Amino acid sequence: MEKTAAGGTSGKYVLRLFVAGATARSRAAVLHVRQLCAAELRAGCQLEVIDIYQQPELARANQIVATPTLVKALPRPVRRFIGNLLNTSGLFGGSDEVEVINSAP
Amino acid sequence: MKTNASKTSGRAVALPKCATGIKGLDEITGGGLPRGRPTLVCGSAGCGKTLLAAEFLVRGAVQFNEPGVLVAFEETEAELTANVASLGFDLAGLIRRKKIVLDYVHVERSEVQETGEYDLEGLFVRLNHAIDSIGAKRVALDTLEVLFASLPNEAILRSELRRLFRWLKDKGVTAVITAERGRESLTRHGLEEYVSDCVILLDHRVYDQIATRHLRVVKYRGALHGTNEFPFLIGADGISVLPITSLALNHQASTERIATGIPRLDAMLGGRGFFRGSSILLTGTSGTGKSIIASNFAQAAGRRGERVLFFSFEESPNQIIRNMQSIGLRLQPLVKRDLLRIHSARPTLYGLEMHLATMFKEIANYRPDVVIVDPITSLMDLGTASEGKGMVTRLIDYLKAGQVTSLFTSLTQGGAAPQQTESTMSSLMDAWLLLQDFEGNGERNRVLYVLKARGMAHSNQVREFLISNHGVDVVDAYIGPSGVLTGSARAAQSSLEMAAVVAGQQEAERRKREIERKRAAIMRQIGGLRSDFEAEAVELRRIDEQVGTSALRLNTERAAWGRLRQADAKTAGTRRQRRPARKHR
Repeated sequence: MEKTAAGGTSGKYVLRLFVAGATARSRAAVLHVRQLCAAELRAGCQLEVIDIYQQPELARANQIVATPTLVKALPRPVRRFIGNLLNTSGLFGGSDEVEVINSAP
Repeated sequence: MKTNASKTSGRAVALPKCATGIKGLDEITGGGLPRGRPTLVCGSAGCGKTLLAAEFLVRGAVQFNEPGVLVAFEETEAELTANVASLGFDLAGLIRRKKIVLDYVHVERSEVQETGEYDLEGLFVRLNHAIDSIGAKRVALDTLEVLFASLPNEAILRSELRRLFRWLKDKGVTAVITAERGRESLTRHGLEEYVSDCVILLDHRVYDQIATRHLRVVKYRGALHGTNEFPFLIGADGISVLPITSLALNHQASTERIATGIPRLDAMLGGRGFFRGSSILLTGTSGTGKSIIASNFAQAAGRRGERVLFFSFEESPNQIIRNMQSIGLRLQPLVKRDLLRIHSARPTLYGLEMHLATMFKEIANYRPDVVIVDPITSLMDLGTASEGKGMVTRLIDYLKAGQVTSLFTSLTQGGAAPQQTESTMSSLMDAWLLLQDFEGNGERNRVLYVLKARGMAHSNQVREFLISNHGVDVVDAYIGPSGVLTGSARAAQSSLEMAAVVAGQQEAERRKREIERKRAAIMRQIGGLRSDFEAEAVELRRIDEQVGTSALRLNTERAAWGRLRQADAKTAGTRRQRRPARKHR
């Protein structure tokens, strides 16, 4: 995973995907996020996949209730997407995000 | 605060219980919440759900060494810590010492978007991690229903909650889940259908401008429990439920007697005063000296080194001390030595239950040997007769269980027979003193009877009750053909009697002197007679002597005549014959 761009104010996306174990639902979520990153956000995508079974303290620190949860930490505002990401409409296409992406560079 | 009854009922159904440590709740539930199972606590806003959950955890950690996890959905750690700190719970300290884990679960609705299937494994993992990190035995989820507002998919939520309760049971933790009260069901989102072991309903009602909180155990699977509504309070040290009606009549009965501080009154009570741990009722119209007898009792107890708790609903502590000082009762030193505590409150300050609860709390804190309530009737006026009686019953039961002697004064209305007006209360009392005033001769005088005193011989006499600036005294009232005489009439009667006695004494003196005089006269007569007698005796002797000398002279003369006639031989011959006879013997 790329770490160099973390914290930058550019149009980079910082995504954290919280899953619970290697279930079918978890794998589907990871797959979908990877596809989305590859298809829509080619370069500026930093994805971190966290298994809360392995790191339960991170679940508390990040206020995770449902799994899988995809947290878009950057760009602001923070959004949380819960579910297996099958229905991805509006995931990166929300009007506010588009403006952020367009105005940032 | 466990009773024997609660222990045996717990054993009979063999359901393990988890003591909450909350005053009274363990008694109602027969030992606590079902161990290892979830309990639902529901109620409307502001009725103390969060507090009950928090107290359950804190008491578990402090009293029973059972660490706990508090999952808060509504309040942050800082807010919760501050809220419960006002009740004396050091949540922050317990968290530092790893006795409690507080996890604030927050889902910001505006941030969340659903994108497909999900579960609440995140919550499970957090809970599991928290439980395992400190070895928690207790869990509180406050208020789980917030999730219904944050997560849109109710079907998923419901199935996950069902799974959560199952999981909590499997985990073996005793859980308290709070929920908002619903309009038609117990909870707004029907959580009661998942939590079926124990449901507790809290309620906050205003009746006659007085708000009272109530607690009711709606359901407790597999255990006996009190089904009534029990009033409860949130005080300075947490929740206290008042389940006192559940107590049975099985107090210890002491044979020890305690003096009343008025020796003549003790004498009326078989010479030794009241039984320790008994309940004493003191009734009388206003101004008959009820508070004074009560204060005397308090002072006597204090001087024996016993602790006295004086509930006054009429006077402030300072006023009582000042007023009693005027009749020679010194209460101030006892207050200073912490042997007397006076607790004053206006009866209208709060409801009957609240008064009772405050009294219980004071009693539990101070641990008195004697409790005085002056007057109990002010409290009984706050509720209906049956509520009042219930309250007195609970108070007496509570005091008797602790072997505390209780003295209640009761203000009766003039006119009606006191035996009738006090009939509701009197059956609860072991001893009953009646104070009355008699009007007559332009004055009112106080009298005192012992109407009943269970288990001891007692006087059936009316006594007059005197109050002076030296204190209180009980004297015999004069009972004569004209009725009971008290006050000046009694004084007049006794001075009449005194005069009669004096007159009698004077008469006796007079008669004594008379007899003395007579005796002296007789003695004088005797003296005269004796001197007469002596004079005659002298005369008699003189005559005797005269006769003797004349006889001697006659003999001499006769002898002379004999010599002259030579009659000597005959007398000499007789002498000679006798001498040999003597020798012969």
